[in-house]
Amino acid sequence: MGEADVIPLHGPGGRPRPRPTPRRRSLVPPPAETPPEPEETPAASLPAVPAPSGPSELERTVTEVAAFLRRRLAGRYTVDEFGFDPDLNENVILPTLRPLYERWFRVETIGVENVPAEGGALLVANHSGTLPLDALMTVVATHDDLPTPRNLRMLAADLVFGLPGAGALARKAGHTLACSPDAEALLGDGELVGVWPEGFKGIGKAYADRYKLQRFGRGGFVSAALRTGVPIIPCSIVGAEEIYPKIGDLGPIARLLGVPYFPITPTWPLLGPLGLVPLPSKWYIEFGEPIRTDEYEPGAADDPMLVFNLTDQVRENIQQTLYRLLSGRRNAFLG
Amino acid sequence: MPPSVVLVTGVSRQLGGDLAARLAADPSIDRVLGVDTTPPSRDTRRRMGRAEFVRVDIRNPLIGKVISTAKVDTVVHASLSGHPSAAGGRSMMMEMNVIGTMQLLAACQKSDTVGRLVVRSTTSVYGASPRDPATFTESTEPKALPPGGYAKDAVEIEGYVRSFSRRRPDIPVTTLRFVNFIGPRADTAFAHYFALPVVPMVLGFDARVQLLHHEDAVAVLERATTHDLPGVFNVGADGVLMLSQAIRRAGRVALPIPEPLVPWVGRVTRRARLVDFSPEQMRLLNYGRVVDTTKLKTEFGFEPRWTTVQAFDDFVAGRALRPVVDTDRVVGVGESIARGAAHYLPARIRGEEPAALEAAQDQTPALAPVR
Repeated sequence: MGEADVIPLHGPGGRPRPRPTPRRRSLVPPPAETPPEPEETPAASLPAVPAPSGPSELERTVTEVAAFLRRRLAGRYTVDEFGFDPDLNENVILPTLRPLYERWFRVETIGVENVPAEGGALLVANHSGTLPLDALMTVVATHDDLPTPRNLRMLAADLVFGLPGAGALARKAGHTLACSPDAEALLGDGELVGVWPEGFKGIGKAYADRYKLQRFGRGGFVSAALRTGVPIIPCSIVGAEEIYPKIGDLGPIARLLGVPYFPITPTWPLLGPLGLVPLPSKWYIEFGEPIRTDEYEPGAADDPMLVFNLTDQVRENIQQTLYRLLSGRRNAFLG
Repeated sequence: MPPSVVLVTGVSRQLGGDLAARLAADPSIDRVLGVDTTPPSRDTRRRMGRAEFVRVDIRNPLIGKVISTAKVDTVVHASLSGHPSAAGGRSMMMEMNVIGTMQLLAACQKSDTVGRLVVRSTTSVYGASPRDPATFTESTEPKALPPGGYAKDAVEIEGYVRSFSRRRPDIPVTTLRFVNFIGPRADTAFAHYFALPVVPMVLGFDARVQLLHHEDAVAVLERATTHDLPGVFNVGADGVLMLSQAIRRAGRVALPIPEPLVPWVGRVTRRARLVDFSPEQMRLLNYGRVVDTTKLKTEFGFEPRWTTVQAFDDFVAGRALRPVVDTDRVVGVGESIARGAAHYLPARIRGEEPAALEAAQDQTPALAPVR
């Protein structure tokens, strides 16, 4: 885009709305699609502890943790065919990410009303930050900050699923491989699907190129949305570019490790493991107005021109929102 | 059209034997012939009832003579084997699987009585890799072709079956791609694997496992034998278990093994005759495999009676697998310790009822000396 583009400074989103205070979450099994199996009441096997005035909060926590451990160790939970484990996600994965979301990056969400409360929708976002923390924070945002919590099912690169640890964890958190069959299956099931179409070009770009959107893949995500007729929700993430400013790239080491890039940041690999601590930038996540895809005639997904145009429309939308959010930001770390 | 004379291959092994027994119990079928290289066990023989056993090697052209003299009209090729040691070594297994199929198909092609062919295949033909979609449909192209062994045999067999149906388009061919079988009686590598007290799995990986109850597998084969349902079908139960979850449900202890050591552990367990997993099946433990069974339900018209979880629980109950560690008790002990410790903590940390705390605070100024 040209240098002299006029950027609307205050769009429909207005100033970032402060996030509602997070609710305290307890270790309860999430509502499963299948009826939960009968469980013996944990209290039955417990020694009676003299409680002066009903169970205190700590005691309730102990009971909940014990029930959770029993459930996990006996394998009494359900996973879907993608390997999504709602019980683990709700009680372990999300609580692990939450401090990062609330305290470290102090994420503020804008336009949460643009994410439908139910039904399939495709969330398309900009990618940055060397490590995909932006994707993980969006997962927390769509769970905690929406009026009705949703589980964002991300489409990730095959590299993730080949990695020991990360691959298994990604599957359990509900994410799957970025390919049309999986995307269409999830959207068809009425899931909220997240995609970062810039891929490695976006997440691994140099710090000097921050907030400049890269090519949006080959438009596969648009085809998937057209085939299933779900809305596309542009999502703009500001703040993730500053967490690991990539000032260099050790190509040979990356090739040796079989990864797309090996970043050099001001702290990595200079400070060793300490360099893995992300800089505490202040984040904004804005969900834009949904772009409908159900008004096109069937077979529109096979019209490359339409797919390219829609892809560009989504990309432009996110780029403009990024510029608007950036112009309203005084400092990368204070917001 | 129900068949009148059925020939079943591989009757000395469990699936073929059970199918022959089922078909023999069906009065609308005139004759059931079972062939294999080794005679079936006494128990199988008894259950097979009026089914006749013919000891013939399907790699031998003699099989053609059996088909023509008995006027076989339906051939069920159920002898695909994934157990190298049971088959007498890997090269022997390949011989039996691939060359046997070629001979059998050649005999069917020549025959003018055969009017239906059912072939047992496996979902191993899809391979298992991190680049595969979460579920395979019948038309999914494998990203990583199985490098060898059982899966490669199955891929080759399916190739020969496809060229057979090109040459004899008048014969409807049903190819059934089965997932791993489980059940109280199932005598499969998976059943042996989960019966180990300490179950090895790959460190950092947790496969999605889809299973099929053994009885469902027999029922599917029976339906394919008695109906004209040409095509390729994935056969698996609904639902998925994670490998770690299955190990926990069976009360076993998982032993994560770093990936480089996995082939070595596989060799040791094979040598020790604990589990007969062929090396390419070990990859399944990394990534797992789930198949889409929509076509089975709609086109083939079969609804599995057991889900994956039910089939697995049936296996655990039927084998009477006792938990190695009583996890409930361990958690119970931990819980009572935590409870005891919590009891001695100050009320504020314990998070006592806020009303009680406020009441206490309200009282403080009243007690404080007024200056």
